[in-house]
Amino acid sequence: MPRTVRLCLLLQVFAILCLAAPSPDPLQPKEEVQLCKENAGHYGGRLVVGLRAEPKTLNPVTAEDAVSREVIAELTADLVHINRSTQQSEPALAKSWKVSADGLSYTLKLRRGIRFSDGQPFDADDVLFSFAVYTDEKIDSPQRDLLIINGKPIQVTKLDQYTVHFILARPYAAAERIFDSLAILPRHILEKPYREGQFLQQWSLNTPPSHMVGLGPFRLKQYLPGQRVVLERNPYYWKADSAKRRLPYLDELVFVFAANEDARLMQFEAGETDVVNRLSAQNYSLLTRQSGPSGFQLQDLGPSTEYNFLLLNLNDIGSSHLPDLERKQAWFRDLRFRQALSAAVDRDSIVRLAYGGRGTPLWGNLSPGNKLWVNSAIPHPQLSLEAARQLLKSAGFSWNSSGTLIDPSRQPVQFSIIVASSNSQRMQMATIVQDDLSKLGIQVSVVPMEFRALLQRVFQTYNYEATILGLGGGDADPNAEMNVWVSNGSTHLWHLGEAHPATAWEADLDRLMNQQMLTLNYKRRKRLFDQVQRIIAANLPLIFLATPDVLVAASPAVGNFHPAVLEPNTLWNIDQLYLNRGAEMARSH
Amino acid sequence: MPHRRTLLLPAALLALWHLVFICAGFLAPYDPAEQDRDLPYTAPAHWQFHDSQGFHLRPYVCPPHDLAATSQPQQCYPLQFFVHGWRYSFAGMRWSVHLFGVPTPGRIAILGTDAYGRDMCSRLLFGGRISLAIGLLAVLVSLLAAMLIGTVSGYYGKWTDELLMGGAELFLVVPWLYFLLALRAMLPLHLSASATFLLVVGVIGSLGWARPMRLIRGLVLSARERNYVLAARGFGASDAYLLRRHIAPSTAGVLLTQAALLVPQFVAAEAALSFFGLGVSEPVPSWGNMLAVLQQYSVLVSYWWMLAPAFALVITSVMYCWLAEVLQRSLKSFSI
Repeated sequence: MPRTVRLCLLLQVFAILCLAAPSPDPLQPKEEVQLCKENAGHYGGRLVVGLRAEPKTLNPVTAEDAVSREVIAELTADLVHINRSTQQSEPALAKSWKVSADGLSYTLKLRRGIRFSDGQPFDADDVLFSFAVYTDEKIDSPQRDLLIINGKPIQVTKLDQYTVHFILARPYAAAERIFDSLAILPRHILEKPYREGQFLQQWSLNTPPSHMVGLGPFRLKQYLPGQRVVLERNPYYWKADSAKRRLPYLDELVFVFAANEDARLMQFEAGETDVVNRLSAQNYSLLTRQSGPSGFQLQDLGPSTEYNFLLLNLNDIGSSHLPDLERKQAWFRDLRFRQALSAAVDRDSIVRLAYGGRGTPLWGNLSPGNKLWVNSAIPHPQLSLEAARQLLKSAGFSWNSSGTLIDPSRQPVQFSIIVASSNSQRMQMATIVQDDLSKLGIQVSVVPMEFRALLQRVFQTYNYEATILGLGGGDADPNAEMNVWVSNGSTHLWHLGEAHPATAWEADLDRLMNQQMLTLNYKRRKRLFDQVQRIIAANLPLIFLATPDVLVAASPAVGNFHPAVLEPNTLWNIDQLYLNRGAEMARSH
Repeated sequence: MPHRRTLLLPAALLALWHLVFICAGFLAPYDPAEQDRDLPYTAPAHWQFHDSQGFHLRPYVCPPHDLAATSQPQQCYPLQFFVHGWRYSFAGMRWSVHLFGVPTPGRIAILGTDAYGRDMCSRLLFGGRISLAIGLLAVLVSLLAAMLIGTVSGYYGKWTDELLMGGAELFLVVPWLYFLLALRAMLPLHLSASATFLLVVGVIGSLGWARPMRLIRGLVLSARERNYVLAARGFGASDAYLLRRHIAPSTAGVLLTQAALLVPQFVAAEAALSFFGLGVSEPVPSWGNMLAVLQQYSVLVSYWWMLAPAFALVITSVMYCWLAEVLQRSLKSFSI
C-alpha cells in the first residue's frame, strides 16, 4: 500500500532525525546543576543564525576575532558569568565566590558532579590547567593581559577538588568579571598536546568534532567551510530549567555565513535564519513594514553601550613628514576649537537621519544604555552656532569676506574626515558634520575608505586629520574602558603611545582610572568614574556624536527571546531559547 | 544626402539633453547641497489639478500621502514659474531666477528627497552636469591620446609600432579598479572638488585610450599604403604633410563614432568610480555618488525615486548609442 509505505518512510526519517541529536542526559542526584527561572520551553528543533564571517579558529585561548569568539561562546563556559540582561556578574561553573576583606584573594566553589560534553567530570584541575594555559607567555593568549595585574599573573591554587583560590597582586575592582568569557578547558584532552608544545595547533577548524570538548550548551557537530557550523546539544550541560529538565532545549544551533547585514536581513526575511543580532534602523523599519500578521519578534532595546565620535588626530607625528597635518594639529589641540566643533554638530539630526530616530545623542563616553555607570549630570549643551563662533573668535580665528574661517596665521580652516565606506551610518554622520561645519565656514571633505586601510592610518601611520569611529559595546564595567582613557592604553585613540600624559587632564584621567580599578566599593567607584566622565566631556578628546539603539529580530517561533543590550545581544540565553512546535512544523512544511 | 537627415534627430535630441544640464541652475528649484533634515526620503510630490473650486490649469503641488497622513497638515501650493530663489552662477554672472518653484514655506520635490532631505531633482540636474562633463572631457583626453599614439604607431611601424602596441596591451590587462584604490590611498586626503573633478577626468581619459588607439592604428596602417598616399610621397611630400592632409582625415569618421560610443561608457565609468567612493565626493552631486546609497538594501527596496540617476544614465547611453549607430551607417554609405 503506497500510503503505509509513505508513512513508514516518514517514520523512519523522523527516527533518524531524532537520533541525529543526542537527547539530554537525565540529571544525576549529586550533580549541582544551575536552575534557571525562565518559562519552561520544549525540546527539539534547530535554530539558525546568520554570522558575518567564518570563524578563524575554535580555540578559545588563541581566538582574537569577535566572530570566532561568538561561536566559541556556545561551546564553552566560564567560572563567573556576566548576565547580559542585568549587567551583573552571576555564578556559572563556580557556584559561589568569596572575596577577602583586602580584595586580594578570591575563593571559588565549583559545581560538583558536572561533566564535559564528552561525559568526563569537571573539577579544580581543569581550572588550574586552563589558567596555566591562559597565563603562559609562549601561548600569548589575547586574554593574558587581563590576567596580569600589576605585572604579575593571577596565582591559582587548588584547595580541594572543588575549591580554587585566586590571589591578585593588588586589589582589583570587580575582579570576578575577569572570569567572564574565559573558557574552562578540558585537561583530559588538551594537557598532552600542551605539554608537547602542540597547543596552538589544537582546535582549529579541521579538528574532528569528537576532539572538541567543552562545558558550553552545545558541542561541535559539523563544520562545512564556506557554508555553516552545526552545533548539537551538549547532553551533559550543567543547567536545568524550572521543571528540572536539562537544558538546552534546542537540538541544534547552526551558524550560516553572510558577509554583510543586508544579506543577513534577506536570509531572515526568507525564513532561512531565525534570529538577527544587530539591525540598522533602516533595515529594522523595513522589517516593521513587512512584518505580516504572523509577525517577526522585533525589539528596540534602547541605547547600546557603543559610542560614535569624531576623532581629531592629536598624535605626535614628528615635524619632518606631514607638515600640513602638523599645522592643522595646532587647531585640533586648542580646546576651544574642539568645543566649537562640538557645539556646531547637530546630534539630533544625526540620530534622526543616520539612525532613523532609533538612537540617542551623546555628549560623553557613556550612553544611557550603560545603566550602572552613566553619569547623568554631564551637561548636554544645545546646538548653537553662535556659541561655536564665539569660541572660535576667542581662539583667534576669524572669517574672510567669503565667509571662510581662517586661523590666526590667515590660513583657511579645512580638513578631511576619513570614514569606513562599508558603514553607511558613519558615512551619513560625516556628511551631516560636513554640512554643519560648513555653516562655521570650515570646509570639510569626506573621504570614504576601506575599513582596514582606515584602521591602519589611525593606529599605525597617523596619516589622517579626522575620522568617525565607534567604540564600546563590550562589558559595561569601567575596567573595559581602561585601554581607551589611560594615556598608555592601546586604544587611547587621539594620542597613541604617549610616554607621559600630554596634558594635566590626561594625568587626572590616568589617576582616576587607576584609582577606580583599585576601589572595591561600587559607590566610591561610581563617584570616581563620574569624575572621569566629567573630565572627558569637558576636554573633548573625542567629540561624541550618538549611540544607536540595539535593534534585534527573531522569528515568531523563538521562545524565551529576551535580547539584551550587551553582546551577544540575542544569543546570551541560548541555552533557554526554544522553538514553538506549531510554528516550527509550519515552517518545515 | 539621406544620412544627414537621420543624423539630425539624435544630434538635436542630445544637444537638448545636454542643454538641460548646462542650465541646471535655472531648472533646479533648490541648491543641490541644501539639506532639509526634517524631510529625509520624502516621496515625489503629487500634482493636483482639482480642488473645491474645480479644475485648474495651474497645478498644485501637495506633500506625498504618507507625509501628509503623519506629521504635516495637508497643504498644497500652486506651481509658479520664473520665481526667485537661491543664487547660482551661470555664464560668469550670479542669477536667482528659476524656471519653477512654489511659494515658501512650501517645498516642491518633484523627484523626492534623499537621505538628508536634499532635493533629488536639483541633485539630478547638477549631478548630470558633472557626470556628463566628466564623460565628455575624458573622451576628449582619451581620443587625443589615441589619435596621437595610434597615428605614430601605424604610420612609423616597425619597433615604434611594436613598442606602442605592447604598451597598449599592457594597459588593457591591468586591473584598474585595484589600481585606482591604490592610487587614491597615495593621494592627499583633502582634495578640493575641482581637483577631484580633474583627477577623475584624467584617470578615466588616460585609461580609455588603448582601444580606440588600436582602431586608429589599423586605419593609419592601411591608409599609408593607399595609392594616393604613395603618390604624394613620390612627389616628395613630408611625413607631417602626409599625416595632416591624407591620413588624419581618413580617421575622422571612426573618431566621431568612437566618441559617440565612449561618452556613455565614460559617464558610466564615472558613476562606477563615485559609486565606490573613488570619484566626486559629497556634497557635490554626481550620478555615481547619488546611486551609491542604493548599496543599502533598505533604500533599494523602499525608495524607488533614488533610482532616478540610473534612468538618466540609461537615457544618455541610449541616445549616444543611437547617434553612434546613425554615424556609422552614414559613414558606410559615404565610403561606398
